[in-house]
Amino acid sequence: MDYFTQQLINGLVLGSIYGLIAIGYTMVYGIVGMINFAHGDVFMIGGFIALITFLILISFGLTAIPLILLVVLLVSMAITALYGWTIERIAYRPLRHSFRLAPMLSAIGMSFVLTNYSQVAQGARVKPIPPFITGGYTLHESTDGFVIQLSNIQIMVVVTTVVLLALFTWLVSRTRLGRDMRACEQDQTMAALLGVDVDRTISMTFVIGAALAAVAGLMYLLYYGTVDFFMGFVAGIKAFTAAVLGGIGSLPGAMLGGLAIGLIETFWSAYFSVGYKDVAAFSILIVVLIFMPTGLLGRPEVEKV
Amino acid sequence: MKAKPGIPSILKTAFINALVALVLFSLMVGIRTEAGASGQLTYWTRFGELASLVGAVFGGSIVIELLRQWIGPTGAENLVPPAVKSGMSFIGRYLAPALLIFTLLVPVIFYDQRYILDLAILVLTYVMLGWGLNVVVGLAGLLDLGYVAFYAVGAYSYALLATNFGWSFWVCLPLAGILAAFWGVLLGFPVLRLRGDYLAIVTLAFGEIIRLVIINWQDLTGGPNGVSGIPRPSFFGIPLDNSDDGLAAKLDIEYSPTHRIVFLFYLILALALLTNWATIRLRRLPIGRAWEALREDEVACRALGINTTTTKLTAFATGAMFGGFAGAFFATRQGFISPESFTFQESALVLAIVVLGGMGSQLGVALAALAMIGGFELFRGLETYRMLVFGMAMVLIMIWRPRGLIGHRAPTVYLTKAKAISSDLVKEGHG
Repeated sequence: MDYFTQQLINGLVLGSIYGLIAIGYTMVYGIVGMINFAHGDVFMIGGFIALITFLILISFGLTAIPLILLVVLLVSMAITALYGWTIERIAYRPLRHSFRLAPMLSAIGMSFVLTNYSQVAQGARVKPIPPFITGGYTLHESTDGFVIQLSNIQIMVVVTTVVLLALFTWLVSRTRLGRDMRACEQDQTMAALLGVDVDRTISMTFVIGAALAAVAGLMYLLYYGTVDFFMGFVAGIKAFTAAVLGGIGSLPGAMLGGLAIGLIETFWSAYFSVGYKDVAAFSILIVVLIFMPTGLLGRPEVEKV
Repeated sequence: MKAKPGIPSILKTAFINALVALVLFSLMVGIRTEAGASGQLTYWTRFGELASLVGAVFGGSIVIELLRQWIGPTGAENLVPPAVKSGMSFIGRYLAPALLIFTLLVPVIFYDQRYILDLAILVLTYVMLGWGLNVVVGLAGLLDLGYVAFYAVGAYSYALLATNFGWSFWVCLPLAGILAAFWGVLLGFPVLRLRGDYLAIVTLAFGEIIRLVIINWQDLTGGPNGVSGIPRPSFFGIPLDNSDDGLAAKLDIEYSPTHRIVFLFYLILALALLTNWATIRLRRLPIGRAWEALREDEVACRALGINTTTTKLTAFATGAMFGGFAGAFFATRQGFISPESFTFQESALVLAIVVLGGMGSQLGVALAALAMIGGFELFRGLETYRMLVFGMAMVLIMIWRPRGLIGHRAPTVYLTKAKAISSDLVKEGHG
């Protein structure tokens, strides 16, 4: 039971990171109707920028960890958001009214560009950082010596995710930008006729998605202590799977899907074989889609005749 | 129409672009990190590179803005004069037969150039894969991001059957195709109910599942080490080697390792042409027309009483079968296969060939394979920059020609005279 609880904690933390990335996929899909294949690489870039910012701040002799964290968070969110904006401008905006496969291929091309750009710029080796946030709580110690640990990083990851999710839900449901986003999701032409700046709204969607991916990148860096140029592909596919599992286009669905994928992966590695954890996650995706063709919280697709 | 922007506005745009580039590249390029021997990260600055990159963006923006002014809003398409266009369509009519004759002669012309022959075999492998995927994506409009899975199934089927049971290539080739088609049907079943992008992720997941199973099922597949010692193909039972039973000895000619390469070349050419021929034939049959109808409008298809389930399944199975043939060929050519050859990158490359070629166009796919694989080879010296350039090319080509190289294609059925259909009229990819 203790082992189970520990895995539950680990799974929830991993799932939070996936959920943060999945929101980026879901938002872009909801509004533009396109799979942003480069989003996983945006997450990777966010991790790299966080790592480099950490290094610079430490070499300047900063020691106050909350201050360092805050600066790193802001810098990586800002620069990664600009990456999101640029990617949309270069690779997706010219293709918005093109036929459906074209933006998808240019997104795949963009993903190759970003992966190899960071390989060329920062090298292929795994980059570790020393642990910043140490310590934690022992929740329970059983008689045979098994300890349920809840580390401070885990708390931070979950708290950050919850705060961001709340902020984001408020943004979508209460602000002008959120209203524009929902309008574009319904009908871009109609929204444009009613005075919504569609271009700007779509740009902002990419910016917000990239900023959330940067937070996920920072959390990943703090949690696992490393970044490398290839981590975007695997994490991206998982998060994409999470978005589809939850019902692509639905925000709570993305978070739910992220948690589900994180839990499946963690429990499968804990009780069965580590090598097949991704097979398990993908198989469950396929099984869920067979019985719920639009995902867990997805709306049924309307067939326009 | 907007007035043409003057010099100040061009400079302003370029300045903004350079500023954006400065922020984008500031940390990723300006600072280089490296893990030391003890795992400690060190960093050093590269402001020189950063400055030259930002400068390049600034200069590039000015050039692009000037070009945009010069060409105007009509776009690059209309720059080509009509005379050249009609000339090109004349060439286009005879391009396919000319290309085929040239391909048939490649081993004769380049007999001594092993490198070119190897490259030609590689290109033809991708032509075959492209034509195979074209059945699924181009004809039936089903977006398949995991095509490499069938390639892998074909390759491993042949490799395992040949190394474990010693079966010959000619027995294994149809088996590899059948097994891959079987997997295609298996994948087809769950995705029948899915539409559009759900299909994309499921096929992607399926491709990853196959690859991960190959990596982890060490007892059967050798895991990451792959399968080695895969037998070379024989010329209908006669081995192509230096021995007394070999083809060279039987024909009483001097043995040369090029014989085998030439044989492999004609083998893949035959397989590719088989794919092409089957596709063209199938397109004219009721099943092929059902595929194309499905691509255009699934709801209308159902209303007309077309069984969409079997239609989708046959498309998956047919495409998968050709992928399986190509996989078996790949295994016998390499003599060694490992999971590394079957990554998502391969699927994306084949899909790029199909879409770039112009979906549904057989000639376009062949030209795209030649351009992509050949272009990829040009950058072999710049190993690290190769994929970077490849990705950029994919983005730029999509912006320039989202409908592919050959957007026009001949109609499948016509009343009295075949008129080329503009690709703009073809609403593809609504899977």
